[in-house]
Amino acid sequence: MKKLWLIFFLTLAYPGYLSALANDSDDIKVYNFDEFSHWLERESDSLYVVNFWATWCAPCVKEIPDFEKLYAKYKTDKVKLLFVSLDFPNQLETRVIPFIDRMDMKGQVVLLDDTRANRWIPLVDEDWTGAIPATLIYNQDFREFYARELTFDELEEIVLPLLK
Amino acid sequence: MIMKKMFVFLSALFFVATTFAQGYEVGDKVEDFKLLNVDGKYVSMADYPDTEGFVVIFSCNHCPYVVAYEDRMIELHNEFAPQGFPVIAINPNDTIAQPQDSYSLMKVRAEEKNFPFPYVIDADQTVYPKFGATRTPHVFLLKRDGNDLRVAYIGAIDDNHRDASQVEEKFLANAIHAVKKGRTPDPSVTRAIGCSIKTR
Repeated sequence: MKKLWLIFFLTLAYPGYLSALANDSDDIKVYNFDEFSHWLERESDSLYVVNFWATWCAPCVKEIPDFEKLYAKYKTDKVKLLFVSLDFPNQLETRVIPFIDRMDMKGQVVLLDDTRANRWIPLVDEDWTGAIPATLIYNQDFREFYARELTFDELEEIVLPLLK
Repeated sequence: MIMKKMFVFLSALFFVATTFAQGYEVGDKVEDFKLLNVDGKYVSMADYPDTEGFVVIFSCNHCPYVVAYEDRMIELHNEFAPQGFPVIAINPNDTIAQPQDSYSLMKVRAEEKNFPFPYVIDADQTVYPKFGATRTPHVFLLKRDGNDLRVAYIGAIDDNHRDASQVEEKFLANAIHAVKKGRTPDPSVTRAIGCSIKTR
């Protein structure tokens, strides 16, 4: 019993452990846009990096290690990383989950399954045409949408001045 | 003061440059192109002087969203080419960055699917920036206006990429019907998820 408590407190003391658990790959949540949209409006003191991607999108796959590197470096500075997969939901088991395992992705992954893209794309950003990769970075004082690829250096340049 | 003027000027210049870089908007006059088709011949819109317009679709081989729409692209051409609006599919991707979209594999795909429309390659990547295409598939409906071709609609084919039977709004078909009646399509711009255009 004592051991269990120890594990419990260790878990609390090490925030990275919790987010690593978030990608228990049997548990990638599939949302429609209305269920997902709260991720775009979080009101906390964290900085949110929300990346829209898909396993079939080569430039998305290429930049994932850069996002992971940013997250590894700054997650203790209240940076939250969310990967929003736009893969087809029938490929969750066959493609997406094996991909997450293979890349050992630590940022949280959700799958956005909403075919009414013309309705929800402008709700993410008015100027987004729907091409991926695309990334939203925001906190309570800052909000910027990047409809392009981002490198680690670019990400760090954006994120660093926003850290509290 | 000079600095301030300079700043305003530079800002204005930047604004113009970025606006220009975004490509055609609805109503804009479209420049013709001359691009290599999968049959080995070059295709220009000037080769089709009797059409009422064109359905220009930036497309490719590799993108799952394109693949999901290929049959609908064929149906659109078969329905609307006889009504004056043929499809021209343009592959804008750099074929080194995306080897699956090479010219030889375009030929293979066109044969497999028996495309009834030209499938041409923007080999120098000079055409897609003029249109302001950002993804595949990305549709531009053009209508004839005297000697010019003008953009009438930009966006998606319809509102459900995954399942043609679940489509509620056929954006492109509705836009063509509107144009044929001399009306402005509503909506004239729609958005959809797609594969970003690959450059080196």
